[in-house]
Amino acid sequence: MMERINEFYKNFGLPRLIIASFLILLCIAAAMVGLPLPALFSAVLVRFGMHGVLVLAMVPAIIAGIGLNFGLPLGILCGLLGGLISIELDLVGFNALATAILIAIPLAMLVGVAYGWLLNRVKGSEMMVATYVGFSAVSLMSIGWLLLPLYSPEIVWPIGRGIRTTIVLTGRYDKVLNNFLDFSIFGMHIPTGLLLFMLMICFLMWLFLRSSVGVAMKATGDNPRFATASGINVNKSRMIGTILSTVLGAVGIIVFSQSFGFIQLYQAPMFMGFGAVAAILIGGASVKKASITNVLIGTLLFQGMLVISLPVANKIMTLGSLAEISRIIISNGIILYALTQVSGGE
Amino acid sequence: MIEKKELMEKTKRFFVGNMVTIVFVALGILGFIYSGLSLPFFVNELFIRITRNSLLVLALIIPVLAGMGLNFAIVLGAMAGQVAIIVVTHWGIVGVKGFLLCMLLAVPVALIFGYLTGSLLNKTKGKEMIASLILGFFANGLYQLVFLIFIGTIIPMQNEVLVLSSGVGLRVTIDLTGGIKYAIDHIWRLTIPWAALSTSILTMLYISIKFYLSKTRKTIKQMTTAHLYYFSAAMLLALWSIYIMNTDSLFNMLRVPIITVLAILLVCLFTVFIMKTKLGQDLKTVGQDRHIATVAGINSNKVRLTAIMISTVLAAWGQLFFLQNLGTMSTYGSHEQVGMFSIAALLIGGASVSKATIGQALLGVVLFHTLFIVSPLAGRNVFGDAQLGEFFRAFVAYGVIGLSLGMHAWKKQIQARNSLKG
Repeated sequence: MMERINEFYKNFGLPRLIIASFLILLCIAAAMVGLPLPALFSAVLVRFGMHGVLVLAMVPAIIAGIGLNFGLPLGILCGLLGGLISIELDLVGFNALATAILIAIPLAMLVGVAYGWLLNRVKGSEMMVATYVGFSAVSLMSIGWLLLPLYSPEIVWPIGRGIRTTIVLTGRYDKVLNNFLDFSIFGMHIPTGLLLFMLMICFLMWLFLRSSVGVAMKATGDNPRFATASGINVNKSRMIGTILSTVLGAVGIIVFSQSFGFIQLYQAPMFMGFGAVAAILIGGASVKKASITNVLIGTLLFQGMLVISLPVANKIMTLGSLAEISRIIISNGIILYALTQVSGGE
Repeated sequence: MIEKKELMEKTKRFFVGNMVTIVFVALGILGFIYSGLSLPFFVNELFIRITRNSLLVLALIIPVLAGMGLNFAIVLGAMAGQVAIIVVTHWGIVGVKGFLLCMLLAVPVALIFGYLTGSLLNKTKGKEMIASLILGFFANGLYQLVFLIFIGTIIPMQNEVLVLSSGVGLRVTIDLTGGIKYAIDHIWRLTIPWAALSTSILTMLYISIKFYLSKTRKTIKQMTTAHLYYFSAAMLLALWSIYIMNTDSLFNMLRVPIITVLAILLVCLFTVFIMKTKLGQDLKTVGQDRHIATVAGINSNKVRLTAIMISTVLAAWGQLFFLQNLGTMSTYGSHEQVGMFSIAALLIGGASVSKATIGQALLGVVLFHTLFIVSPLAGRNVFGDAQLGEFFRAFVAYGVIGLSLGMHAWKKQIQARNSLKG
């Protein structure tokens, strides 16, 4: 019996155990202070679907051996641009969403090629370089948002110049995925379309990882030298991983925005990569290993914790921003933990 | 003919090697021209920023030499400084006495923070920079937890000025006016011409004495070339300051905080001194090759720990000097950008992940803050939008760090490949 518990503990991992028990505690606390649990759970489901694709974007990067893709903002910016262009074209509903995604994907592929080229030149320091490439891309695009030739009155400021900081999607493609085939059960609202879309992309990724290209990518991440010896083009595999990650980032932010109801520009994408990294690490991934299961568990635990802790914290302590602070501590703490688990050069 | 070729090669190497710095000199000059600022105003603003920020940038040098890369965790040092300020402001001790107490209190806090940072970085070898960056964010969360939530609930504190009206958490900004604001800066100030004159006289004296003493021992030729340049530069500076003193130029109104400048010089000297001791030699060895250091019997973990602890203490003091000049402390924000701005400044000065000198640090502060002063105005004058200049400045800060990190990693990769071939 002890052995079994030990084995379970080893497989599940300490951080996941802590977060999961914390989440259960939060749920009990929420019930005790009289918060409506069904409403909370539906909020968790929405957030799960919203962030799922963004978190999934980490998988190809980690598997290809690039590590945690802190440069996710690059993909996110492409997605935002796609989302804006679709409004500029005056599209509505599913058309708008599909167009946004279809515009964003080739953009993200182009950016991904450049980004992959860069990452192939900085092997061993990818994470640090990626972080700052992401930061500088966000600031560069902040200039871009001021100067881009977009004219739709919904997008630009009525007075002055440049694009608004937040763009309301109501009447465009606000929640088109969420409201697709949605239904209510036990007082919980299920965003069927959103969940289906996310699971479909996860399934596609799962299939891809089992294709010959996917297997080659995995081999590259596991051991680049061995991969080279068996005739795999390491740089190409890493390139594919980077492109996939960037494209998923672009699609992910569009899914996120349609559920959120707003497009946020300027400094907003700066730290979005960190949230996705934290989620997949909480799901049990490491700097070198990741799976779809890690994505699903991690997103559910991390987002669940964020959604439930906010009202609970507000009920217990009306002051301060305890929920926000715990988000900072937990997400960065888990990244630090993952970094210490990488055996160093010795 | 051969000499000419050599000179060409030398010039080329100089330009390629100092690419970043040269670009920023050009950007700074262009920005200054387009900003339309008057020279005295600009110089004054620049002096304020140099005296305010230099110490924080200097705090980065020792970890770089120890091979630990750019220490983003100086944010923790800044936090230590702010903890000291909060305590001293709460006690109501003001002026120079208050500031000295801050410096004293900050040391143990910074040492503990530095010890923890160093221990973490020893566990994440090869990934120190990303670890120190994330550690900065993580520590910021803890800092907020303590000062926003614990104060008034777990830590009893009664102070109407510092604590929010609800009784829990510190206020977002703490005004240091009447406290430690200008505690050091206003002890002794000289106008810019007087400061320039005394600097040049001291320089000339120093060179003359050195020259006189060396006459007997070394050949004169060796001494003169370099020193002649310095001597004439000092002479020109002296002439300029005497000329300015006799005009009604605005420069005569601007004053330099001498004690702060002396403190910066002291830290420079300290860094030079440390590198000459046994510890400094060990640092360099560990920085060049950890394995060789271990073989030579150096405890590299301990040396790395010491480097980070020194850096953290210097950063804490740096933040104290920064805030006594600024006069208001943003309780939850003053420390956040410290790491990024200081590192960007150091890199603009020509330093890299594995090499940094005092000269590069100081030059970097000058160039980076020139850009800081001129870019919003230049942005407004050229593009009709001040915000554009501000975004550009943020892009430059992030971009230069990304570029420098990328170049360094690329160089390392090429070197590794070459050594494999050879």
